Amino acid sequence: MTAQMNRRSLLGLASGLGISISFLGTQAFAASEGDLARKKLVVVICRGGMDGLSVSPPVGDADYAALRGSIALKPDQVLKLDDTFGLHPELETVHALALKGEARIAPAIASPDRARSHFEAQDVLETGASGVYGAETGWLNRTLEALAPVRKVEGLSVGATAPLILRGKVQAASWSPGKGVDETARLPTLLQDLYKTDPLLGPAFARGLETETMAQQAMTAMAATPAMNVAAASTPSMGAPASMSPTMANDRQNRAGGEAARKLGSTLGGFMIQPGGPQIAAISLDGFDTHAGQLGQIATRLSYMDAVLDGLHTGLGAEWKNTVVIAVTEFGRTARVNGTGGTDHGTASTGLILGGALKRGGIVGDWPTLKQSALFENRDTAPTLDMRGLFKGVLADHIGVDRTALETKVFPDSAAAKPVTGLV
Amino acid sequence: MVNVESWRKGEPRLSLPSKDMMAAIAATRFGLGARPGEIDAARSDPQGFLTAQIRRDGADKPQDDGEDAATRFAWMRDYQEQRKMERQQKDGAGSATPNPALKDAQRALRDKIDGDFLARARLGANTPAAFRERWALFWANHFTVSSTKQLTSVLIGPFEREAIRPYAFDRFENLLVASSTHPAMLTYLDQAQSIGPDSRAAGNAARRQKSKVGLNENLAREILELHTVGVDAGYKQADVTEFARALTGFSVGRDNEDRAGQFVFRDNAHEPGARTILGRRYGEQDIQQGLSVLKDLAADRRTARHCCAKIARHFVSDTPSPALTARLEKRWMDTGGDLAQVAKALVESPEAWDPTPAKFKTPYEFTLSTWRLIGAEPSAIERLAPILTGLGQKPFSAPSPKGWAEDAQTWASPDGLVKRMQWAQGMAAAVADTTDPNALAVSALGQRLTPPVAKAVSRAETRREAFALLVMSPEFQRR
Repeated sequence: MTAQMNRRSLLGLASGLGISISFLGTQAFAASEGDLARKKLVVVICRGGMDGLSVSPPVGDADYAALRGSIALKPDQVLKLDDTFGLHPELETVHALALKGEARIAPAIASPDRARSHFEAQDVLETGASGVYGAETGWLNRTLEALAPVRKVEGLSVGATAPLILRGKVQAASWSPGKGVDETARLPTLLQDLYKTDPLLGPAFARGLETETMAQQAMTAMAATPAMNVAAASTPSMGAPASMSPTMANDRQNRAGGEAARKLGSTLGGFMIQPGGPQIAAISLDGFDTHAGQLGQIATRLSYMDAVLDGLHTGLGAEWKNTVVIAVTEFGRTARVNGTGGTDHGTASTGLILGGALKRGGIVGDWPTLKQSALFENRDTAPTLDMRGLFKGVLADHIGVDRTALETKVFPDSAAAKPVTGLV
Repeated sequence: MVNVESWRKGEPRLSLPSKDMMAAIAATRFGLGARPGEIDAARSDPQGFLTAQIRRDGADKPQDDGEDAATRFAWMRDYQEQRKMERQQKDGAGSATPNPALKDAQRALRDKIDGDFLARARLGANTPAAFRERWALFWANHFTVSSTKQLTSVLIGPFEREAIRPYAFDRFENLLVASSTHPAMLTYLDQAQSIGPDSRAAGNAARRQKSKVGLNENLAREILELHTVGVDAGYKQADVTEFARALTGFSVGRDNEDRAGQFVFRDNAHEPGARTILGRRYGEQDIQQGLSVLKDLAADRRTARHCCAKIARHFVSDTPSPALTARLEKRWMDTGGDLAQVAKALVESPEAWDPTPAKFKTPYEFTLSTWRLIGAEPSAIERLAPILTGLGQKPFSAPSPKGWAEDAQTWASPDGLVKRMQWAQGMAAAVADTTDPNALAVSALGQRLTPPVAKAVSRAETRREAFALLVMSPEFQRR
């Protein structure tokens, strides 16, 4: 299917809905696309305080086994990365990519927040501010804003609600699986008229319709591409959530959850390779708050994340080579196992950096070790890398965000967080 | 519009809108959306209509014959035990045949959770005292328990019936203690297994070389951060840990104990010694220590400030006027945290009667108000759960202990609006053919019905289109 055909059929669908298609920015159809316009960034927000020592267990660290006690993984249980680190056994996709040089870990990354409150720390992660209540908009949205004078870049969040990271002046799209819009109904057009003067509902609804149009097209395109094997994604059930709770889960449901996660990832990938599709996307996974019985819980969550990443990798197809994916959490957890086979709120955690655009290399940032003297407040993995530095490096080198804008608009007050360069 | 001067002496001279407008606001902003005739019923005395709903003995309980927490706890433990045995047998024999009895048990438990939620939604759709219901829902969200834990999931219904609704208009301290000692909260925030490191239970465990014994600080942290003084209160990690030590012993009775599935205090798990929390010393022994901390936290001005700001944001605006918050806070402190009095102060506050609707309905409020609009109720969980899940508010599944978000930015997302429209179309197809859309618009919004919406509804091609337009109108989606 050519881009021309795509565009024509999209236009047909859109006119049936009576909507204008600002979503399909002209730059995507220009004869020669700048390299930067092809680059893609996906941010995965792992909510609940993901335990870095479970994501990339430092089984080679002399203090790891004793600190972790009953929840320590053995060297032969983990997927080996180097002499110090392995990956959690559920992270098979990540490990396969790592072996190809397309996935790396940042084992002691943290936001600037130290309060150990989920909600404050998530705000700081998503606003990109140096402290809580430092900003009301998300740094991905301010990235779109900073790029606007140069080229129009679309942002998309996966899920029914709008995450803070993409909230701000630029109207970003949001999408989750649903049953599709009846293009023959007059209602969307009448509602657009009714929302004309409504500053919140007007732009949001218009963007929702545009995204729905694109979704139908993306899924048709994917269904026609056998190699991607995501035909089933064209008929998702209403309301498949962007995140899964382990409620009443049994093994069979876990597998079904994995299938849903894979579809979610591949659908997002399918979106991003559409002409005029989003270049920047965010997706949330929750359930990482593991205060008790952590072993099973974290395995379920990481298996789900691995499936999302696997689907995304598949869905992006050849565009994987233009992609960087960053998976981060608001804070890590205590280095020591607590009294109930879990861990409490901590500080640094592991960030995952993946993508075909990545350069091969070792861990990102320094490993502070788990020596008692090295622990933060004698309790948590000590932070050695400000996550804003990682974001800044990727935005500058990969997406081409102007350095001045990066330091003043996207991440104000981040001078102390030096951009991590050389990743792509 | 006739403006009526605020009637309380000594308060800023804010004007109240007309009685007609106030009646519409009473049913939509303070309630769950107008049922047929509700705005008329509120017209003669809109504030009295609301204050009459404030009731010392608490909010109504859903009519669902729901079992108490202890019974539910026992059923879930039975199920978990059977499943464990099943797994062990499977591991031995390698058989993969699912056990039908086990599947039935699982389905029965899920039906219970669905039943609790549906019963609550029916109450919300039918109640003539929707302000009372909203007030209870507010506190249920403040003290969130979520089905992200299997054991907790069957206890959420009982939690709302036993720990929230009876105390919704009581003193805050009683609500705090009831929620902090309910099995749902104790399991959701991992308190039930928390054991003092120097307690007798820990000593016994060490002798038997059991490793999973010790402190869990989850409940202590969330009580401070979310339930009482708030995250900006200036407490330190040491306060969290000390509070967690004070709470050791707050637990749930085990299967073989007298109070199985109910709150128990385990003195052998309680950390011995005095504690210092937020600068105060607690020398009490056993359960009294934790209760004393809860009592002080309830009486703390920072708790009043935190909760009153949340009340103002919930009922009035994502960015409420400081005057409103201060008014609620004053009433809270003057009355020792009497929630009936705080609810009354809210109704009496002129700031709360600003005719411009500032709040965007959450998915639960949006769907329930649509049922109320037609004087009906959801007949089955299948009519309700899929749309709530699709809109990001899966029943009983708040994403974190902070509960559901309440701001417009979260819910008025592009995807959310499209899904609301799709649902409104489906609802219209089911119910609109027998209704008069113009009359419905007046009964739903009263004085809040604006000319553009009235015009759009009257000009619609079909009753279905008119119904969907009304439900999707900015005026109906806001409150």
